Order: sequence, then C-alpha cells, then structure tokens
Amino acid sequence: MEKLSFRLTAPRSAGGTRTQAIVGVVASGNLEVLLERDLPADICATDIRTAGHDFGMVWDAVVRDFVARRAAGGLRISVNDGGARPDTVALRLAQGVRKIEEPER
Amino acid sequence: MTEVAANTVSQSWYEASARQRIDALVDAGSFVEFIGPALREKSPHLAIFDLPEQFDDGIVVGRGRLDGVPMLVAAQEGRFMGGAFGEIHGAKLTGLLRAAHALKQDLLILFDTGGVRLQEANAGELAIAEIMRAVIEARRAGVSVVGLIGGRAGCYGGGSLIAGTCSHLIISEQGRLSVSGPEVIETNRGIEEFDSRDRALVWRTMGGKHRYLIGGVDTFVDDEMLAFRQAAIDARRAGRRCDVAMLEAEQARLERRLQRFGETKDAVEIWQTLGINDPTEVPALPTDAFLRATTDRENADDAR
Repeated sequence: MEKLSFRLTAPRSAGGTRTQAIVGVVASGNLEVLLERDLPADICATDIRTAGHDFGMVWDAVVRDFVARRAAGGLRISVNDGGARPDTVALRLAQGVRKIEEPER
Repeated sequence: MTEVAANTVSQSWYEASARQRIDALVDAGSFVEFIGPALREKSPHLAIFDLPEQFDDGIVVGRGRLDGVPMLVAAQEGRFMGGAFGEIHGAKLTGLLRAAHALKQDLLILFDTGGVRLQEANAGELAIAEIMRAVIEARRAGVSVVGLIGGRAGCYGGGSLIAGTCSHLIISEQGRLSVSGPEVIETNRGIEEFDSRDRALVWRTMGGKHRYLIGGVDTFVDDEMLAFRQAAIDARRAGRRCDVAMLEAEQARLERRLQRFGETKDAVEIWQTLGINDPTEVPALPTDAFLRATTDRENADDAR
C-alpha cells in the first residue's frame, strides 16, 4: 500500500451542514471516499491509501483539479483505493462533495 | 415527512450497495449507524498482507424503524472482499445481536457474503461461531432474526451457516444460498461433479427458487427493494418459536426430505418429484407464476 497526503488551499468551502459523508466501496477498480468537515473553510486535506504504486503524480493532478473545481474547503477527505482509474477517482470525489451538501433528514 | 414514511423508489436489491439497501429497507430517514466509517474500526489483519482496508470493514450496523417498529439492522457489502467475515466485521454483527437480545428488538441481517476472509481465517471462523450462538440466544429470548439474501456475493460458507440459524429467510431469484460455492465444489470434486461456469446449473442448485422449493428459505421475492421491505415487515409477524419441539419437527422433515430426494441427480428431478407441472420451465417463470406453481413446496418450519 502507498500512502499519499495533500493539504491544499481551497477557493470554495463545502456547502451544506452535514459533518460527514461516505461514498463508494473498496473493490477492484473502485474506491471509498470519507469526507469529514473539520478543517478551516479554506483548506482541503486529502489522505490516500492506494493499492497502486508510483502513481503519486496522477493523484496529485486529480486532487488539485478536484479542489480547484469543486467546493471542497473545510473537508478532510480520506480515500481507500482498490486501484481505481483517475476518472473514477474524480467522479467519486465529486460525488462525495455532493453528498455532504445534501440536506440532513 | 411522517415517522413511518416508506421509501417508494423502485430499485434492484442485487445492484445496490449495503448502505443503499438499508436506506430503502427501513423507514425513510430512520437509520442511525453504530461504529460508522468515521471511527475507522478497520481490520487489524489486512495491512499485514498489504491489502486495502475499508473504514466500516464491509458491514454497516445500526438501528432504524421498519413500518414504525424499532429494529436493528446489519448489512454486508458484497463488493468489499466478497462480503467476507473478518474479526471486526464479525464482531460488529455479534455485538448487534447481543444488543437485540438485551433490548428485545428484532434484527435484520442483509447477507451478501462468500464466507470467511482467508487472510483472517481463524478470527473469521470464531466470529461465525459467536454469531450463531448470539442468534440462538436472541431467538430463545423471543427476538426474531430475519435474513435477507439477494446480493452479488450470495450467502455462502459461514454466512450460510448463520442463515441456517435465523428465524426467517427471505430470498430473491438472484440470491444464492449454499455452504460450498460453485468454485469450491469444482476444485475439490472435479468438473464432472460441478461445473462452476455453468451458470444455469449454479442457479438451479443454489439459487433462490430452488432454496424456496426445498424449504431452505421461507419467502421468495422479486429483486426489488420494496419487495424485500414488505417481506421483512411480514416476517416480523411470523412465528418466533425456537424450542426443542420445533427443532425435532425440523429434523424429522429433513430426514423425510433426504429419503424423498436423496437419489435425485439434479434440481429439476426434485421439482418433478414435488409435483410441479413442467419443471424445466421453473427457471424462466416470473415471480407470480412461480409462486402459483409452487404451492406443494417443502415447508421450512422456522428452521432449516
């Protein structure tokens, strides 16, 4: 397993009021994303545990793109990855941000 | 939203995740998870094998309401390591069963499992034994433990043994219930005994329809969230005996079943012996027609 961490300045803070959300599942070509709202509103921290090795530059690009485009400020994001492709990772991250924005029931 | 507001979205049980199944099964918005992913109670063993972990260790446990009645719920995630039991995964279900016993609340187990995780086999096997004991102790105290089977991984190995201790089992055509899986049988006994790639053979030997016909399960439903929900509501009202007389009746039934079907070579022969017209058509029958055609099925007697 390889561990990667990113702590980036986020242009937009996450919407909604939920304190946490989880999407996805750890399976081959898939990943789970746990989002917790416990950081300053302009920071997004991402911790990744991945089955793939030496893909740090790809993760860096995907995470930077995600934080630049989506409202991810204030989120501590934890990823367990089962070897997902970059497009799957980007979609799961976007799905997670949408989920934490949902109104609480 | 009212307290018992039901979910009304039509959705496949087979395709859904553990969390989606719980959301569709219990009253809308009523589910509260115990030991959720943020607590990171992960397997202590997988890292040794350099394998990815999941924050909930592949099982979601908590409480909710079913048609207004408080209920405990556990759902296995069949896509994470085939829904297999490890130390934490098993301990979460054992704890929930003990809570059901203490609180006198009924419990639903959403099975989706290949059995015990090989990487933590001893812990997993111990967990299966603890869970079976906890199921029986809860049932002896008058609690219903209802199993629902319709996921991708089916219900195999230790999971099938646990299912065997439940008060009531609900299955869909896609659900499979068997101690040994197709690949295990082929590996041990050869392809002449069982061809695991013959999907029709797998389904008619282990699938929901056959298990319903031979009394291995109590209720047969469509692969549909709302069908599972309604069956779970109905199952709560079913008998909740767990005593010696019931077990002896079941033992006698199983002996009769062995006498009746022991010499048959294929499930189709069993269906024929059961008196089903056109037994070869059983796999193709839609649910309504299947249930009409199967009034002479074996009875499960609340035990199997």
